Amino acid sequence: MIRFLSRRLLWMAITFLLVSLVSFTLMHSVKGGPFSKERKLDPAILANMEAAYHLDWPIWKQYLHYMGPLNLGDEGWFGKGEQKGSDPFTGVLVGDFGPSFRYQDFTVNDIIGQSLPISALLGVVAMMWALALGVSAGIASALRRGSGLDLSMRLAATGGIALPNFVIAGFLVILFVFLIPLLPVAGWGTLKHMLLPGFCLGLGFAAYISRLTRTGMLEVLSQDHIRTAHAKGLAPRTVVMRHALKGGLLPVVSYLGPATAGVLTGSLVLERIFNIPGMGSHFVNAATNRDYTLAMGVTLLYTVLVYSLNAVVDLAYTLLDPRIRLEDQ
Amino acid sequence: MADHGSLERLGLKPEDAERLLKEAREFKGESLWSDAWRRLRRNRVALWSMYFLVAFGLMSFFAPLLPMRNPAAQAPEIQFQSPTLNLGDSGYLQEYAADDKITSEEIVNAYWPEMNSLDVLFVKVRLAVFGSWQPGFWMGTDAMGRDVLSRIVWGSRTSIKVALIASLFSLLIGVVYGALSGLLGGWVDNLMMRIVDILYSIPFIFVVIFLITLIGDYKQALEEWGIDRMVVLYLVIGAVYWLTMARVVRGQVLALKHKEFVEAARVIGASTPRILFAHVVPNVLSIVIIYLTLTIPAVMLFEAFLSFLGLGVEAPEVSWGILAADGTAAINPLRLFWWLVVFPSLAMASTLLALNLLGDGLRDALDPKMRGKD
Amino acid sequence: MALLEVENLRVRFETHHGVVRAVDGVSFTLEEGQTLGLVGESGSGKSVTNMALLGLVPSPPGVVEADAIRFEGQDLTKLSEKQLRKIRGNRISMIFQDPMTSLNPLLTIERQMTEVLCLHKGLSRREAKQKAIEGLGDVGIPSPETRIDQYPHELSGGMRQRVMIAMGLLCAPKLLLADEPTTALDVTIQAQVLELMKDLQKRHGTAIILVTHDLGVVAGMSHKIHVMYAGRMVETSPTFELFQRPLHPYTKGLLGSIPTLHSTPGEDLESIPGAPPDLANLPKGCAFAPRCAWKKERCEQQAPDAERFHDPQSGAPRTSACFELNQLAGAREVQS
Repeated sequence: MIRFLSRRLLWMAITFLLVSLVSFTLMHSVKGGPFSKERKLDPAILANMEAAYHLDWPIWKQYLHYMGPLNLGDEGWFGKGEQKGSDPFTGVLVGDFGPSFRYQDFTVNDIIGQSLPISALLGVVAMMWALALGVSAGIASALRRGSGLDLSMRLAATGGIALPNFVIAGFLVILFVFLIPLLPVAGWGTLKHMLLPGFCLGLGFAAYISRLTRTGMLEVLSQDHIRTAHAKGLAPRTVVMRHALKGGLLPVVSYLGPATAGVLTGSLVLERIFNIPGMGSHFVNAATNRDYTLAMGVTLLYTVLVYSLNAVVDLAYTLLDPRIRLEDQ
Repeated sequence: MADHGSLERLGLKPEDAERLLKEAREFKGESLWSDAWRRLRRNRVALWSMYFLVAFGLMSFFAPLLPMRNPAAQAPEIQFQSPTLNLGDSGYLQEYAADDKITSEEIVNAYWPEMNSLDVLFVKVRLAVFGSWQPGFWMGTDAMGRDVLSRIVWGSRTSIKVALIASLFSLLIGVVYGALSGLLGGWVDNLMMRIVDILYSIPFIFVVIFLITLIGDYKQALEEWGIDRMVVLYLVIGAVYWLTMARVVRGQVLALKHKEFVEAARVIGASTPRILFAHVVPNVLSIVIIYLTLTIPAVMLFEAFLSFLGLGVEAPEVSWGILAADGTAAINPLRLFWWLVVFPSLAMASTLLALNLLGDGLRDALDPKMRGKD
Repeated sequence: MALLEVENLRVRFETHHGVVRAVDGVSFTLEEGQTLGLVGESGSGKSVTNMALLGLVPSPPGVVEADAIRFEGQDLTKLSEKQLRKIRGNRISMIFQDPMTSLNPLLTIERQMTEVLCLHKGLSRREAKQKAIEGLGDVGIPSPETRIDQYPHELSGGMRQRVMIAMGLLCAPKLLLADEPTTALDVTIQAQVLELMKDLQKRHGTAIILVTHDLGVVAGMSHKIHVMYAGRMVETSPTFELFQRPLHPYTKGLLGSIPTLHSTPGEDLESIPGAPPDLANLPKGCAFAPRCAWKKERCEQQAPDAERFHDPQSGAPRTSACFELNQLAGAREVQS
């Protein structure tokens, strides 16, 4: 367990280092970017930048400064941020992403703090849709293999995998907002606002999960121990729920890692379509407005997020399957 | 045919052995591909998907030949016209059609600002055949009064072009990287795969968008090098999608490296390049094709995704992502411009679906072992 | 009254390649506390017979028909699926060939054992666990109270089969259907498991149907032996008499392929030439005719019915489905 976690942590550190180094260097070389001296900016933001990033330092020093809580100034090595006024910026590693490059009154942390819970909620709603729809469709498909139900579900799954979520969203908005007016067009706040975006975001993953569930269930149901369970006199429902489901869902569990990353990606589009003020919207705006510090902050944060979620999923997998040991991963 | 002793033990005369060997050679030459083709032909869904894609591909390649409206000409006075089925008119091309002596430049300037010489030729042929006739707004017009039908067709050119070039680019990187890693083996292989692992765990979309943001600032510098946004798009998308290909190819190469027939070839003294091209490449090829059919729709989706967010293809170019973005942008609570959403979506959906179905069919055809295992 | 009476059991599978008659008119009886050995090559229908008794033949494609399957006087063919489930694992239980795959790898031994008791005996999890531990101890598993919380992959093959047996005996069934219980095990473990089953049978008075392709396994275990070929019973006999005097060419062939203490080292064992027939395309006459050394012309025209007779020496009732029965019996006498 400890070995597994420490190894994961090591790889995450390497990845994080790589991403931050590359993006920092790239940002530094951009003319007019936050780390160059040839900027044409609002004086207030300019002052923020100067104070935060010490642009007169050599680049390696700036990078170390951007990353960590080490104090590289004249005041001594440690305790950056503790001396008031001398250095307001504490560094990425302690969770400070610095001031925004566009909004002078906001730090990147302010923006993330406001929008991350919204995106997280959207993501959770989407994953709930995806799991509920995907798993039940997959089980139904597997239990009625070869039937019309199975065929239509599999066709629907192929469609769900092939179609981009913004196409699905377009159709569904027309359907549920205009033709059968049940849901609001856009915005955020109530449960009703969450249903449709969450559904559109989750549908593609539901399709993939239903495929995985179907194959997984078919695989398990053909195994000998299912015959044993029947021979014990268990009801078919008990056989499926107690003996087949756990094994049949293992592939789904290992897909949850990539799916989470996919949900984050998909939220970029859906937050835009439905006008949801989440991280995705801010990230895309940051990219189009060239708010470099915000974009970099979000990228770094998502790197860590995806990595940690993957580790959690792998941990969950080993808990479910006693045959797998953490050391082997 | 050196060892006659062993042939006799098998009860074979040398000439029989020669004949058998010849038959075997002929047999092998056609087996894999013709076999696959036979299986593919039996899969009706995959076959129709293929026909559809070929037809669609031809249509988009020959788009300038078709008597269509100008996809870029803006006419605010006819914005948001709902689809009408009328036979059409001679429209804005009338004045050109009247004059027999039109120069290519005139057409280019009037019709579509970024056409290559082949497209210009196509347009000339079109004028010769159809004259100035053009259909009505069969699929309606958008917020700028542009014809949705012709925008979908012209948009397909961009989408297909990006998908093909970026997929091939990712294929190239992936195959070279994977094959090298598999062939070199040892610590090199280990290191190369570790790098892939690291890259895998990066949320690439965010990095790509971040990169595209940065590249925006180098626009002028890059254009001096002949690199425009499209090329950047090819490179960036290609650079994202090579990872899985590299893994797949490496796995296949590693598996083949220890297969009996490769060992056998080595034992009888075949040179390394010969082993590579006679034994490894054909075997890797089928899995590369399978994966390529999965990559193309994924890349097409990614392009649409980026363009949808306004980070991909730029106006005046059209792509399906831009059309989808226009469609959703026009969604408002007051009036429903359904055709702006439905038609581009249908075009994209049918193409992506066909690509996926063909991909599934090809996979079944080339790798019968995987049949039925989605 | 016999514990189990099977009359004219027929099982067919309706597949794309045609109808496969896996079991074709099988009848037998089994007395309380006795063991019946069901012997045959793979595909002879012996396992399907077992599955059919409990209604476990997958349907579709399987179709099971029988004039009657009477268990303790109750006709199982007339029971609903729900009533059958009350019998499965309770009064009739079943153990399978491969203990590797027949236990659920994702559930602990405890979970898999207690569910039978909770279901059929209405025990609580705690009581059931206590009984399961006793059951494990009964089949000779050391420190059962720690073993019970382990997963199947943490046990050896022999241990797992012991767990299967313990699981099968938890509800003290009247009848145990054992499908090749020792085939997947090492030879020494095989002997231990067979010894265990014999011992348990004596203590609990359980009747056993032992399905196997290995005559050596049934020799020491069963009271009578039924030999199956291509879905039919070709010979039925008490164990001793069968080994003394096999009266079907197929049985003779099977016995010839077993090494005995009297065979000379280096001597080739007899084997039955050819392969079992395709059940979807059975020959017109006797199914064994293509491989039979005693084959006459009419064997290829007409399938022989089982003929009842008494063993020439002990007088025990036997049957054999062979036209050349008398010649076989005669040949034996000439030889000895």
